Amino acid sequence: MAVPVYKGKFTAAQAERLLWRAGFGPKPGEAAALAKRGLKAAVYSLTRPGTEQLVGPEPTDDRGFPIAPLDAVGHDHLWWLDRMVRTTTPLVERMTLNWHDWFATSNRGVGSQKLMLDQNETLRANALGSFQDLLLAVTVDPAMLHWLNGDQNTRLAPNENYGRELMELFTLGAGRPGGYSETDVREQARALTGWRSQRVKGVGPTNFQFVPALHDTGTKTIFGQSGNYDWHDSCRLVLTHPNHPSYFVARLWSYFVPTAPDAKTQSALEGMYKDGYQIRPVVEAILMHPALHTGPRMVKPPTAYAAGMLRTLGRGIDTAAWAKLGVLAGQRLFYPPNVAGWDETRWLDTATFRGRWYLAATALDKGPTDAPANLTAAQLLSRALSYWGSPTLGKASHDVLLRFAQRGITRGRSRGQIETSLRQLVPTTPEYQTA
Amino acid sequence: MSERACHCQDFSRTELLRATAGKGLPAIEGGMPLPAGTGLSRRSFLIRSAGLAVAVYGGGGLTERMFADGIANAATTDGRVLVSVFLEGGIDSLSVLFPAFDGAYYDLRPKLALNQSDGTPFTEDPRLRWHPSAAGLDMLHREGKVSVLPGIGYDHPDKSHFTSRHYWEVGATDAHLLTGWLGRYLDATGKQDNPLQGLSLDTFLQPALATGKVPVASLDGPDRYAYTVANLEPEADLLEALAELGTANAKASDTALRQAAAAAAQAHALRDRLHPFDAGVQSPVQYPSSSGNGGDFPRRLAGLAAMIEQGLPIRCAALRAPGMFDTHANESASLASDLKLTVDSLVAFQRDLEARGIGDRVLVHVWSEFGRRARENGSAGTDHGAAGIGFLIGTRAKGQMIGEFPGLENLDDQGNLRPTADFRGVYSALFEQWFDFDAAQVIPNASQFARPTLLK
Repeated sequence: MAVPVYKGKFTAAQAERLLWRAGFGPKPGEAAALAKRGLKAAVYSLTRPGTEQLVGPEPTDDRGFPIAPLDAVGHDHLWWLDRMVRTTTPLVERMTLNWHDWFATSNRGVGSQKLMLDQNETLRANALGSFQDLLLAVTVDPAMLHWLNGDQNTRLAPNENYGRELMELFTLGAGRPGGYSETDVREQARALTGWRSQRVKGVGPTNFQFVPALHDTGTKTIFGQSGNYDWHDSCRLVLTHPNHPSYFVARLWSYFVPTAPDAKTQSALEGMYKDGYQIRPVVEAILMHPALHTGPRMVKPPTAYAAGMLRTLGRGIDTAAWAKLGVLAGQRLFYPPNVAGWDETRWLDTATFRGRWYLAATALDKGPTDAPANLTAAQLLSRALSYWGSPTLGKASHDVLLRFAQRGITRGRSRGQIETSLRQLVPTTPEYQTA
Repeated sequence: MSERACHCQDFSRTELLRATAGKGLPAIEGGMPLPAGTGLSRRSFLIRSAGLAVAVYGGGGLTERMFADGIANAATTDGRVLVSVFLEGGIDSLSVLFPAFDGAYYDLRPKLALNQSDGTPFTEDPRLRWHPSAAGLDMLHREGKVSVLPGIGYDHPDKSHFTSRHYWEVGATDAHLLTGWLGRYLDATGKQDNPLQGLSLDTFLQPALATGKVPVASLDGPDRYAYTVANLEPEADLLEALAELGTANAKASDTALRQAAAAAAQAHALRDRLHPFDAGVQSPVQYPSSSGNGGDFPRRLAGLAAMIEQGLPIRCAALRAPGMFDTHANESASLASDLKLTVDSLVAFQRDLEARGIGDRVLVHVWSEFGRRARENGSAGTDHGAAGIGFLIGTRAKGQMIGEFPGLENLDDQGNLRPTADFRGVYSALFEQWFDFDAAQVIPNASQFARPTLLK
């Protein structure tokens, strides 16, 4: 059964939406260029992008020195944001961000920027490959082992933390018919025993290894099957559980489309996925699905919002403020709120809206611009929109900004001040906050 | 509540992750429950008299002025207030009140067990002693101001943080309920123009307060809500534009556009009303200080006490305690510090209320989504359990145990403590005894749960 494919027009507006959902928005001219290629080629250019290049100025701190992502507080955030801004493979970065949310690991519990960045590389390397490979890699990833206590799980005293979240959040979903039991949680924990680490002062957790003597070699019974299972088997058993494909498809879909897939689409995507656990074909089908192109808008995650502004402006990372601003806007990279990841129903509230205001203020040039004193309100607005790559605004928002410019002229503000203010206001419009 | 209707049809990752009641509910399909409260529209404004910035959920048709008037009209100096304090992660009840003289305790907890001489004796049950960090609770308990719930829970406990917490928040083991247990009470008794009747002292709405009809509010204490940027036009002019963006898009057909419009409109509601709270809240007692986010809890409690004394019409308030009680590893240190900051803040709040002469008006309910496994794990920590511990604090609290300590000799088949009191019975009793309100109106199957005596 085939997954439906969007057949409507594919203009710059559709390409703009695709680039925001599957990346961090268009660079100037990119949406129009992508539209010319047609939907399929456009999607493939994202899902099969070739070798990554980083284009643009290297990241620095406020004094112009190179950043130190392994050591300096906040520079981990700068490092990844920079990669999102400069990459030529934005979907790979966006999927890496999605996997960071899916396998949400926080440095609050890990305590090592190096381990977090190592995990980040693992997520990136498997971003569009096999979910089986990804799950196996994440299960014994040092940051994850430490975050969910896999490195303290021994045959003498199992620790259930990873075994539970493996099923509840990573592969099966909680409380579903035909799901897992508390016994399965305990038996999974036994199968996962054997990993250890050492804590070295000044380094944090290190020297992760599998110690056979600490592994429980007894028979475990998981989902009604018995055997001398180990962590490979834990992963195999959840992947082959009947509830896994539906969970995988629905969750992956949720990162791209805000409405649930119809039953036929869900079923077709499950069928596609079951054939080898490949991520890329499912992502391609979602990116070409009518629901993405004709359905409702989504609020941009704060990081995508920030990276997108910088991509549009061609500006690099040149201040450490981005990490703190990430906190204000509700998404500090490497610090998800808990193992369930960020709550995308809460991207916009009073506090995070203000955080986004300051993200925009930090992205744009300080101003005031040198706009000539004879410019009209319409000309000022046109220039401000052009500054942001001419994003699509509705008439209502457009009129509000036009009135704002007119008021500014009436109130005797300088054209440069008005233009800078418009540059600040464009990214705060409902249209720009969403995609 | 058109916003609400739209959200109900929406689909979100949050709902995917929200566990369902465990039987017969496909968690993964469209139409599944959103977390309580996520469907409410939201605006912000300033309560001029108190200099407080408030985010209001619901109450669509009313202006800020009407809210301000409603608040003024509902102002009260004798109304009762219920404060909900959530210990996030599932606190280890066997460490808070530990069975110091039970050999089984030391067998189950070779690394984590406290010493027989640690802490202080629990005066109601000679088997138990208080954790040293809970000394403040012991003090208030000896004054007759703390009722301990040493085995609070429910039958067929769910071990998922997200599911069990949802049950406690909605007041039923029901994944479909979208309104909080306190929110439904406010819907039944509250006013359309008084958002402060349900006050979340947090950066977002605590789901226990989620209503279906009347507005409730969220407030992060003293306000630093500026939108100042160099080289722009004056802040007031920019906020005026934000308001217009909000209004112009308020009726957009797209849900996300409307959400973004609502957020923009909130900024305007604060325009030129940001009276400085620089002086901060003046408290008659000293609250614990803590660096980082831990300091939010005592700061918010101090603000709450001041607001209640000022007569602001708060009926139910909800806060999160500092720290994270999901202690799978190396439990001793983090539990000791988080518990101490929590307890010391609650003691300061109680003393604050007493100093202001409003102690009789306030009852604090402390809860966590579950307790922890009796046997420690291999990581000097504990895994998710079943029955846990809770408290009722206040000068009017009866000061006697509700349910008994379940004991280690009769663990359930998964090695967890069995509940000796049901949280829905406690909720029902709170409505009936504290608010003189028929619990059957808001707690499903309320008649099935025994009512403990809560008050003196």
